[in-house]
Amino acid sequence: MSQIGSFALLLALALSTYSFLAGVLALVRPGAGSERLGETARRAGIATFAVVFLAALILVISAFQDNFSIAYIYHHSNRDLPAPYKFATLWSGQEGSLLFWSLLLAAYGFVLRLRHKTDARLFAYASAIIAAVQIFFLLLLNFAAHPFALMQGELPADGAGLNPLLQYPEMVIHPPMLYLGYVGFTIPFAFALGALIMRYPGEKWIQITRRWTMVTWAFLTCGVFLGAHWAYSVLGWGGYWGWDPVENASLMPWLTGTAFLHSVMMQEKRGMLKMWNMWLIFATFWLAILGTFLTRSGIISSVHAFAQSSIGGWFKWFLLITLVTFTYFFFKNKSHLRSEHKLESLISRESSFLFNNLLLLLACFTVLWGTWFPLISEYVQGNKVTVGPPFYNKVAIPVALLLLLLTAVGPLLAWRKTSLESLKRNFMWPALGALAIGVLMIIFGVRPWTDIAYFYALMAAMLSALVAFTVASEFIRGGRVISRHTGQNLLASMVHLFHRNTRRYGGYIVHFGVAVVIIGILGTPFNQDKEKEMGFGDKMTIGPYTLVCESYTQDDNPNYSNEWAIINVFKGDRKIETMYPERRFYKASQQPQTLPRIRSTYKEDLYLTYEGLNEQTGRPIIKAHLNPLVMWIWVGVLIMIVGTVLGLIPNAAPVRVTSPARIQPAAAGAGD
Amino acid sequence: MKSLPNSVSRSLQAALLCLAVFACLGASDEGARFTSLGHKLMCVCGCSQVLLECNHVGCTYSDRMRGELMASIDRGENDDLALQDFVQKYGPTVLAAPTATGFNRVAWIMPFLALVLGVMTTIFIVLAWRKRPALAAPGGVLPVSGAELERFRTQARKDTDL
Repeated sequence: MSQIGSFALLLALALSTYSFLAGVLALVRPGAGSERLGETARRAGIATFAVVFLAALILVISAFQDNFSIAYIYHHSNRDLPAPYKFATLWSGQEGSLLFWSLLLAAYGFVLRLRHKTDARLFAYASAIIAAVQIFFLLLLNFAAHPFALMQGELPADGAGLNPLLQYPEMVIHPPMLYLGYVGFTIPFAFALGALIMRYPGEKWIQITRRWTMVTWAFLTCGVFLGAHWAYSVLGWGGYWGWDPVENASLMPWLTGTAFLHSVMMQEKRGMLKMWNMWLIFATFWLAILGTFLTRSGIISSVHAFAQSSIGGWFKWFLLITLVTFTYFFFKNKSHLRSEHKLESLISRESSFLFNNLLLLLACFTVLWGTWFPLISEYVQGNKVTVGPPFYNKVAIPVALLLLLLTAVGPLLAWRKTSLESLKRNFMWPALGALAIGVLMIIFGVRPWTDIAYFYALMAAMLSALVAFTVASEFIRGGRVISRHTGQNLLASMVHLFHRNTRRYGGYIVHFGVAVVIIGILGTPFNQDKEKEMGFGDKMTIGPYTLVCESYTQDDNPNYSNEWAIINVFKGDRKIETMYPERRFYKASQQPQTLPRIRSTYKEDLYLTYEGLNEQTGRPIIKAHLNPLVMWIWVGVLIMIVGTVLGLIPNAAPVRVTSPARIQPAAAGAGD
Repeated sequence: MKSLPNSVSRSLQAALLCLAVFACLGASDEGARFTSLGHKLMCVCGCSQVLLECNHVGCTYSDRMRGELMASIDRGENDDLALQDFVQKYGPTVLAAPTATGFNRVAWIMPFLALVLGVMTTIFIVLAWRKRPALAAPGGVLPVSGAELERFRTQARKDTDL
């Protein structure tokens, strides 16, 4: 099996190389036969997918067959590993995750190459660029991180097992989502670079890639937040985001990707920001690769240390080559990217997009700077420093608040020019609503003057409310206009409104989701935690809950042995739940693991961890966290995903006016 | 400059006093200091977590470090001294964020510098765009029709669509 896998990877490399070389040749030497040569390049690209798929399939089958002659399977699986985790072995380690990356890129390329008739020449350029990226990953797989490398010496009876941190259901979906996001940005990048090289006229390439970009962004959003949820549910420290370098690595392309999603609208609608968009999509692609470099190289210490190896050098070269290539074509053809329109007013949607981009890029720079500063410090001062949560909380939160403000204001601005009068009219009620929320919070005990964290929480709450009210007012205002014209009720009118411009109103739903996520995050300053040795019958009180230790019990299965604390949870005198925080000991890897238990409500999460035994007293230690509002983070993310999916639905066909009988007032949903 | 009426001035002073009292409340609370300082330190076991958030199973450092922090507070050391003790013992990486001294200041300054430069650049771009001359108007206004009208209609829809 391993030989077939190895051969498949070599064949994939040969096919990709052919697809790239033949594709480029067909594009630069047009003439008799170039079309047929281009077609062979396209088919070689399609075949690459089939062959990489075969290699990935063989690796998964090897995991299910407990084929420990393959070093990768030995290091990341064992006989008693449950089936879903055996499947997840594919992306649980270095070599497998690179193979998975290559598979996803081949799959994206497969779809793209099948749809080549949309614009054969542009697709041919994109196909060649994707083949070039694919070559890099296949070179890595064949010569630096071979997933089918064989074990030396005597064959082991069992595998070393999967890292316990990875043995959690979300691990089966978090990496694929993240990778779909990372890899997916290769597609708009390939189209952008292709359009730049061929001096593609018009903005059609943006229209072609719009759905790719949105889908990719949705995957990356899912991946980032699933990672946060996994950290919350598995790592047991009571939080979901620790500003770990690898978390940061996933956030950076998300930030630039978000900026790109906004700024392409300026290019699409107004023919502006063409150069900027080129750099933005390149930066997103580049940061996705940089993130992989950070994860793999081990140059920055991280909780994701299980993924480190020596392939960083390959990534450095790849990053350099892509930067040089892109820069070369940019300067060669930048005259093609001149803006078509001028900015007419400072108070316009164009301006808001510019500042939105500025803030998103600034947030990205802050994260990048914080992630790299330890290395810079070591280079300059000779010693590393830590750049942890206190740094990001101080620097990133003000930027995030400004972004939230723009998220609220931006949709109220019209393209080209907005009169102050109309801004005041549209903004007054949402602003008053947000102000009321702020006053209510102060009345209910939030004291923003006692701690900067409370001040931020108050601001975040008010701005989130502002975003929510703005979105609601946009729907209601537009719905009323349609209702007046059609006689439908308001709800039906709002649905009608949505169908007329799914992208715009889907985007608003995403904004609303962001506001809900922020509401979830702003509970953080009010977190409480307590730790206590708890014997049978001992009590601990946290917030409105009283925890009573009922008992401890143990269990054993082939994969791990475990111990549960049985904790009864009371609210007042009423028992509301029994929770079972757990400690496991994984036999194959000989590693312990704490598994928290979480009781989630819309108000707060009660989060219990069984920390282990006190070495002196021999008594078990239970740690309890009370984390307000956390559930809203996950709800907000769901809303963001739903908004993105709704934004992908094609618009309902516009009604064509055939008789100029009477001039109708500007229709709702058609911009302000 | 016109001075404020006495009653308003007294009210403002009272409000400021209240703010100061609120700000000072809890300043001497040892538990709060422990929590605050514990979140400014990293556990050095290699888990890359803030000291008070390290739940690394079998961690041999965090318990000891928490004990040392509590002892520093009990000895009456101020925050700077307590943190300095940790730096002496565990090295500069024990601090969860760079200090605001020496080269480390750069870590704090850069994001704000980037913000200022970014805002200035954006304003410059906006102003440059606004100054850009509009396309020359054709001599006289001619009615448009047919394909050209349709093109304008498409553009108008596009411009007002989002």
